[in-house]
Amino acid sequence: MHTVLLKVTALFYLVGALAYLHFIFTLNERSPKLGRMLLLIGVVLHGAGFVARYFVAGYTPITSLFESLTFFAFAIVAVFLAFELRYNLRVLGAFVAPLAFAFSVFAAFLPGEVRPLAPALNSYWLPVHVILLFFGNAVFAVAFGAAIMYLLMEKELKTKKMGAIFKRLPSLDVLDDINYRCLTIGFPLLTLGIITGSIWAEYAWGSYWSWDPKEVWSLITWLLYAALLHGRLTVGWRGRKAAILAIAGFCAVLFTFLGVNLLLPGLHTYTNLSG
Amino acid sequence: MSEIVIVGLNHRTAPVEVRERLAFPADTVGHALRGLRERDGISEGVILSTCNRVEVCVLSGEGYTGVERIKEFLAAYHGMPIGELSNHLYHHLGEEAVRHLFRVSSSLDSMVLGEPQILGQVKDAYGYACEFKSIGPVLDKFFTKAFSVAKRVRTETRVANSAVSVSYAAVELAKKILGDLSDKTVMLIGAGEMCELAARHLLSAGARGILVTNRTYERAVRLAEEFDGTAVRFEELSTHLKRADIILSSTGAPHFILKREDVEEVLRIRRNRPMFFIDMAVPRDIDPDANEIDNVYVYDIDDLNNVIETNLEERQREAARAEEIVISEVAGFRRWLDAQQVTPTIVSLRRKYDEVRQAEVAKALAALGTADPKTRKVIESLASSILNKVLHSPVASLKRETDGRSPMEMVTVVREIFELPEEESGEGTEAPERAPEQGGSVGSQ
Repeated sequence: MHTVLLKVTALFYLVGALAYLHFIFTLNERSPKLGRMLLLIGVVLHGAGFVARYFVAGYTPITSLFESLTFFAFAIVAVFLAFELRYNLRVLGAFVAPLAFAFSVFAAFLPGEVRPLAPALNSYWLPVHVILLFFGNAVFAVAFGAAIMYLLMEKELKTKKMGAIFKRLPSLDVLDDINYRCLTIGFPLLTLGIITGSIWAEYAWGSYWSWDPKEVWSLITWLLYAALLHGRLTVGWRGRKAAILAIAGFCAVLFTFLGVNLLLPGLHTYTNLSG
Repeated sequence: MSEIVIVGLNHRTAPVEVRERLAFPADTVGHALRGLRERDGISEGVILSTCNRVEVCVLSGEGYTGVERIKEFLAAYHGMPIGELSNHLYHHLGEEAVRHLFRVSSSLDSMVLGEPQILGQVKDAYGYACEFKSIGPVLDKFFTKAFSVAKRVRTETRVANSAVSVSYAAVELAKKILGDLSDKTVMLIGAGEMCELAARHLLSAGARGILVTNRTYERAVRLAEEFDGTAVRFEELSTHLKRADIILSSTGAPHFILKREDVEEVLRIRRNRPMFFIDMAVPRDIDPDANEIDNVYVYDIDDLNNVIETNLEERQREAARAEEIVISEVAGFRRWLDAQQVTPTIVSLRRKYDEVRQAEVAKALAALGTADPKTRKVIESLASSILNKVLHSPVASLKRETDGRSPMEMVTVVREIFELPEEESGEGTEAPERAPEQGGSVGSQ
């Protein structure tokens, strides 16, 4: 039941994403309202699915690849809705909602049954560590969407060829502001996520840091965002440079999350395509 | 039967000398409307007067009587010979008049396509007509419909969406680059009409303040006073430049007054906060290469003109879509107008033959002498069922959506065949008076 619930949300995210895309092409005022409604229903069902699965499994259900992907989609939608509420940026949906759909549909094709928990994962640190990281990553996903919008918009303004994008996207200032906000929220989440993981690693594996691929790539991701934050605060990096770094940072996030699991075996390999 | 008639002139048909002579200033409209309504054969009237057009819209008798009445009215009111006037006037009748007002309100007939003022002016005209009670139910419905058509055009097309003047284009770009302008400062270098206009628009769009500089400091001071801004000595330009987010420049300098390196230096001091340079000078004041610096945008006068041109092209494309909306709305309004004529026709048709029926039944009953209730009932129901069956097809054809033939023609035909009295057409609307009929149906009576 909860597995079906978690998988069926992909449909809501798909139609929601399509509604936002419809808006960007036609500027029909009703589409983003519909999109928001669908994402909201999807995220509520999704949350209910997680709660149900928590009680069935007896542990925080963010352990297998299926669970992680579907939780990531959930976090992206939740963070996006919060940002949309704050900035009233309807076009952002066309760039972020498809990401949520992609992760949830990927999850929907994976086996979703509840499995006994690996002993090392049986810890209070599990929910803290993964929830912090996934919400941090979701915030970076929103920054990624805003960064792509920034680059599209900047290109039109620099080349002085105003087309469809110019009319539809918000100002560069707002897009850059989202980039900064996401950084100030996402970076602490990422940092705390890595620290809690490290403390947990000391309990579970007897070492705070063991240079396994997941840890190395988390560090690379952290360094990218740290560089961006540092650049912003000290020398006033902004605009195009910040947007490119936000895109690079999110690519690192994706590789840390998926690439490492699927390509590089290590201590963190609890999640792969078979589970 | 009555018809909507519009007679008027606009920027395409009349030069400004004629337009200003025919204009109705706001304080005289009431008087003019009263004069218009007192004319024979005009039952409702509205006067629209803007700097680009003067139009009189009335409900009057069919055909050209309404046109002639309005021309007479305009000639008499403004003391201008009718012959001279007629050269500049156009007129629209019936469906064409409906289409015309819908297009005018939607700004499809404006000098600058999509300009936003005209709808407000049409609303004012309607307001005056209501205030001075020169409007009746038909024109009321007509104008209200025109407002909703204009709103539809505005929301469903982008005919009014993008800037089509240099100064508005500058504001639009500034907003897209810098976002909210309320914490942004404008700097005006040199003096030029276009720059000053753009500065004014930027300030009214919310920009926080303005710095003014000029080679002659006194001019800068004078201009700064005018804008309620701060004057800056030209020699100190580079020290103050860092405070400006939007720079409008039009000096007569033969070389760049700001080179790429200068801009880079300022941007470093500003910690990369974006700068938007609008260079309206020829030869140019600002090195166009500065546009390659991140967070710096340099637009010269050609760039702005290109933006406007693209926007105008877009407006024209959107206007084609707007025209389709207008066409469909005209059809909808015509159906309403026709229904206004069809219903009274049906009513008078029924009334006329009901009288016939009652008279004939009375005659028959009188001939029978004392009829028992049953016979009486049979005769009465015989009469009404014959009447209903006979009237069924003419009523049905009046109500039917006729293809090829307009319901109005049907109304005329039915009125002719059944010799319906003309004054009955007032039924259903509350129009206080009706024009004497001039159409073909007169001859049959």
